[in-house]
Amino acid sequence: MPGFIFRRLLATIPVLVMVAIIVFSMLRLTPGDPAAIIAGDSASPGQLEAIRTQLGLDQPILTQFLIWSGNLLRGDLGRSFFFKTDVTTLIGQRLEPTLSLALLTMAITLAVSIPLGVIAASRQGSLTDRLIMGFAVMGFSVPVFVIGYALIYLFAVELKWLPVQGYADLADGLWPWLERLILPSLTLSVIYIALIARIARTSVLEVLGQDHVRTARAKGVSRTGVLVHHALRNAAIPIVTVIGLGVGLLIGGVVVTESVFNIPGLGRLTVDAVLSRDFPTIQAIVLLFSVVYVLINLVVDISYVFLDPRIRY
Amino acid sequence: MLWGGGVLGLMVLIAVAAPWLGTVDPQLIDPAARNAMPWTQGEITAEASESVPFTFRFGTDSLGRDVYSRTLYGARVSLIIGAAVTTLAIALGLIVGLLAGSIGWFDAIVMRVLDGLMAIPPILLALALVALWGSGLWTVILAIAIPEFPRVVRLVRAVTLTLSAEPYVQAAMALGVPLSRRLWRHILPGTLPALIVQGSYIAASAILIEAILSFLGIGIPPEIPTWGNIMAQGRTLFRVFPHNILFPGLFLSLTILAINVMGDGLRDELDPRLARAI
Repeated sequence: MPGFIFRRLLATIPVLVMVAIIVFSMLRLTPGDPAAIIAGDSASPGQLEAIRTQLGLDQPILTQFLIWSGNLLRGDLGRSFFFKTDVTTLIGQRLEPTLSLALLTMAITLAVSIPLGVIAASRQGSLTDRLIMGFAVMGFSVPVFVIGYALIYLFAVELKWLPVQGYADLADGLWPWLERLILPSLTLSVIYIALIARIARTSVLEVLGQDHVRTARAKGVSRTGVLVHHALRNAAIPIVTVIGLGVGLLIGGVVVTESVFNIPGLGRLTVDAVLSRDFPTIQAIVLLFSVVYVLINLVVDISYVFLDPRIRY
Repeated sequence: MLWGGGVLGLMVLIAVAAPWLGTVDPQLIDPAARNAMPWTQGEITAEASESVPFTFRFGTDSLGRDVYSRTLYGARVSLIIGAAVTTLAIALGLIVGLLAGSIGWFDAIVMRVLDGLMAIPPILLALALVALWGSGLWTVILAIAIPEFPRVVRLVRAVTLTLSAEPYVQAAMALGVPLSRRLWRHILPGTLPALIVQGSYIAASAILIEAILSFLGIGIPPEIPTWGNIMAQGRTLFRVFPHNILFPGLFLSLTILAINVMGDGLRDELDPRLARAI
């Protein structure tokens, strides 16, 4: 087992290196002086010169890459000329709102999508099934910001149950924090619920057709018992796989949701950085989110061994 | 699948016929008619001519532009982007995928690069590319196509590898048929069913990402009417005038829904085993 985990860890290294190469070359492959692009429009010649020396822009491209990735490994993501601070500090400040939003979204998604998928599968072809699957196709098609504004209009503007926008730190109390996160995480979870309910239904249906399920029913295990112990257990691997892949969607959704709900997190920072063409920040965010995405899928891969004792690597 | 195709057909019709559906110039600014609610009777003043009575079916935005006209014209940009991104991603993915599936050393390099590309969340990659290249129709198309095309490569590569082992392709190889001809005559047709299905999902995703980029203010320049731009314009006054978000949002959701439903239908028709790519 430890050998397997170690091998999987090793296998992610080339992917991460490739992500770093892509992010690095985005700037170098663009016509123009990288120093000027990094510094933005308001930089003085002195600042430009300082960036050139720091990044080794007068040296061969390979040396430049090594300097850059060396800084990266030491946690130095460069300096944002727009926000006038280190990118690492900037990201640190914006971490809490995004993490709160993502975790709450994940919790809602898991609590809703898997029961929905199992219910749909257990009543295949019924009205309930068709309603759930109809919702899944819709959830996949209605853009995050349209859902967000619809929820704001209904629950915040018309019914006045929840605040319209904004974020409160967890340190300032649980309810103010939760109250402002309910609508954003509901918004963000819709597409994710749609995705996972669909795959949960398909995989449970596949298991339900197998002999061991019929045997379990024949020896007197209840419908619910079969669904939970036999079907869901065996359907776990595809579901967990899609949860991991869906994180890519979730990250894109965070960017949009934080903009709609005015949450000062990493997503909002991404948009601000893109609008102000603040490249050190953009590069750092792309890297950070990609690393998170790769690592979550690594955890998913490793979880196979625990979910299915038959899998031995 | 039928109604999906029907709705999509209707959208294409709307996009083509936009000038004849009771619209005015979507860029026409009438300061006297700012923030009108839907179905307001008013008048609109075209440049250098007198005012004519006009019903603002979907209301107007904060600059006094007719949301109905902008939404209808917006269908053009969305559909053009959907079609252009799909064509580009499929063409690029097809060439790279066919070659990767038949040339070993090329495969080794390309797949490593694509692994890295696919590890970057698509919207982030598109955002970063637009930031780098500046906003415009072509940069947006390219920036959306680049995160999409690796999936096409994987698909085409997998089909190429499977078909290359088939006796008829092996026979062609034994007869000395050159690689280019083998790919064109024997392998390419086999990739088409999967490509048609994948193409519809790419189109849906491209229209969605364009709307997101424009909505965030980073996509198509704001004066061009696109569904994302109309909604971006309506963001600040959303609480009072929700129609700026409602109508383009409805058109956008309906179009994506129609394409997705059509894609699911095509998948069931063409290849029941084909899993939905995520």
